[in-house]
Amino acid sequence: MAHRLLARVALVLVAAALVAPAPAAAQTGPIKIGLLSPLSGGASAIGKDMLNGAELYLDEIGRQVAGRKIELIVEDTEGVTATALTKARKLVDQDRVAILTGALLASTGYALHPFVDAAKIPATYPVMSSDDLTQRKPAKWVVRTGWNSSQAVHPFGEWVAKKLKYKKIVTVGFDYAFGWETVGGFQRTFEESGGQIIQKIWTPLNTTDFSPFIAQIRRDADAVFVVFFGRGSLQFVKQYSDSGLKAKIALLGNGTTTDESVLPQMGDEALGVYTALHYSAALDNPQNVKFAKAFEAKAGKVPSYYAETNYTNARWIVEAIKAINGKVEDREAFLAALKKVELKEFPRGPVVIDRWGNPIQNVYIRKVERVGGKLQNTVILTYPQVSQFWRYNPEEFLKAPLYTRDYPPCKFC
Amino acid sequence: MIRRRSLYAALVFAALALLAPALPPYPLTLLTQALIFGILAMSLDVLLGYTGLPSLGQAAYFGAAAYAVALLATERQVGLVGCAVAGIALATVTAAVFGVIAIRATGTYFLMITLALGMVVWGLAFRWVSLTKGDNGVSGVPRPELGALDLTPPLPFFYFALVVAALAWTLLGLLVISPFGLGLKGIRGSESRMQALGYNVWLHKYVAFVLSGTFAGVAGVLWAYYNGFVGPTDVQLVTSVEALLMVALGGPGTLVGPAIGAGLIVFLKNFVSVYTKRWLLILGAVYIGVILFAPQGIVGAMRGRRR
Repeated sequence: MAHRLLARVALVLVAAALVAPAPAAAQTGPIKIGLLSPLSGGASAIGKDMLNGAELYLDEIGRQVAGRKIELIVEDTEGVTATALTKARKLVDQDRVAILTGALLASTGYALHPFVDAAKIPATYPVMSSDDLTQRKPAKWVVRTGWNSSQAVHPFGEWVAKKLKYKKIVTVGFDYAFGWETVGGFQRTFEESGGQIIQKIWTPLNTTDFSPFIAQIRRDADAVFVVFFGRGSLQFVKQYSDSGLKAKIALLGNGTTTDESVLPQMGDEALGVYTALHYSAALDNPQNVKFAKAFEAKAGKVPSYYAETNYTNARWIVEAIKAINGKVEDREAFLAALKKVELKEFPRGPVVIDRWGNPIQNVYIRKVERVGGKLQNTVILTYPQVSQFWRYNPEEFLKAPLYTRDYPPCKFC
Repeated sequence: MIRRRSLYAALVFAALALLAPALPPYPLTLLTQALIFGILAMSLDVLLGYTGLPSLGQAAYFGAAAYAVALLATERQVGLVGCAVAGIALATVTAAVFGVIAIRATGTYFLMITLALGMVVWGLAFRWVSLTKGDNGVSGVPRPELGALDLTPPLPFFYFALVVAALAWTLLGLLVISPFGLGLKGIRGSESRMQALGYNVWLHKYVAFVLSGTFAGVAGVLWAYYNGFVGPTDVQLVTSVEALLMVALGGPGTLVGPAIGAGLIVFLKNFVSVYTKRWLLILGAVYIGVILFAPQGIVGAMRGRRR
């Protein structure tokens, strides 16, 4: 009895070995791009925008570059780091993709880069904004085509202190790398401009009910600065407004809080919220007007930053492939080409890559307004060409520790 | 009987070892993953299948060991032996502490207590940010070196996992056929009768509970090295439930069954998801099918049919 069973197991194993695909023929076959995207779970709206953005560009060029076809292989990460790692392994080992891209969480960025560097596979990060990957722990095989967590909030912190003249602010954010780095960047420039962070509240990533956290917010604050995205944004902004606090304590957010991936599902509760990001669907430049129109035609909704960054990222990859005449099998050359891509005209505005591999780009201060019956992130001020180091000297900036849960310390708590 | 079974198992292990070099890297990594979860499922089988104690907290020991390895390897650069010893020891100690609390209960209450204790470990992983890095998890765990052998490439690491799995299978196999193991089976059958016969039932259950935790720790050590990343998802309830499903699917009380169940689930999860976004639906259908047509699990059903 047992031996039959075991014999069957052995048989299945042999069969599995036989059906496993042979290594793909090089040079002539399609160029495979592996896209990780959170297509299910709390960030699925973001995942769909990411996929639509990437597909939009690839369709524009007929999924063909340098005489080779482009094949986009999509894997669902469920917005979970462990799943993203498993799927990345699958894309590299099984599908033998030429380049790995996508994925959502900044913490995934940190977990993925040792794998990417060990596998020596070119990768781009259009979304994952883990600060240190272009600062103190540069990842050799990663090219960032998106942004880093604290980039947009450095100018925002200063602006909030100087223009809105808020003195005391409470921060509420997701309790992981992205939340820490965003709050840290905001706190640093806000306090250097005379403001005080009087309380920091952290909520787990999978929080669905924010009322216990909202109840903790100190009532002597002038404003609350929040860091959320996906389902968390929708839920927090709604509950904050329902609690009646919004009329008394102003609501400020990082860019993803009112990003267009969630804005269409929001109502009046989001009106008047100030945020900062390197993109807004309402940007009035020719590239963005054209992109937004095409994206709406494809996806039936306004583009979010996730859509723009994946559109731009796809274009970035294609430009690099062109530069090496489609010879992506030479990974070192492909990586070098990715780092050298120079394009001036993106929907988000001009972009230059700095010495550490992070984009220098415009940061927009935005305010949620209702225009023509729909909510939008109206751009009220542009900070041109903001570096990840803001106005600080890079060498000195890098001597300070990474922004974390406890750094900068909360002096006024 | 037992000798024949061991012979065939040895053949399967040998077949796996011979087959491995011919496999492309991805199926090989999946096979490694299946071996690791196979150890976890076998460790749970000692409790569920042999002693009749359904635990919903197996991920706690798995995760405790994985965190110990990840933190020591990344922050203190401890080698394989040190990490493995620390990981397994932490899992064992955790199980020893939890066992004192959990063993007094049976049935649904045992399920609930182990669930609650498992959540405690998850809570620590999640909220003790200064140690565990919270939701970020611990990343960049390097693959270890075994003497002069570098376990970084998929093939050596697979062999490493295979040897550990074979060892775990042998030890657990010896455990369940030992007088102690027969005592456990007796407890599963009738606790009061075993008590009347003069067996120390509490001690039997407690030792089974701790040993089960130890072997879950072995799986956890391998997992930390395999994945290179340890996060709160590794210790959460879903992982415990998955281990329970692997045992139920393969056949509780058969040892080889849970290992097969683990392999099946790992391959279903990773292969079916390539072809359809609705892979969870298929996994669900498999579970329902097994419950309806093979309530004793796959191996249980096969043995039953021939009886």
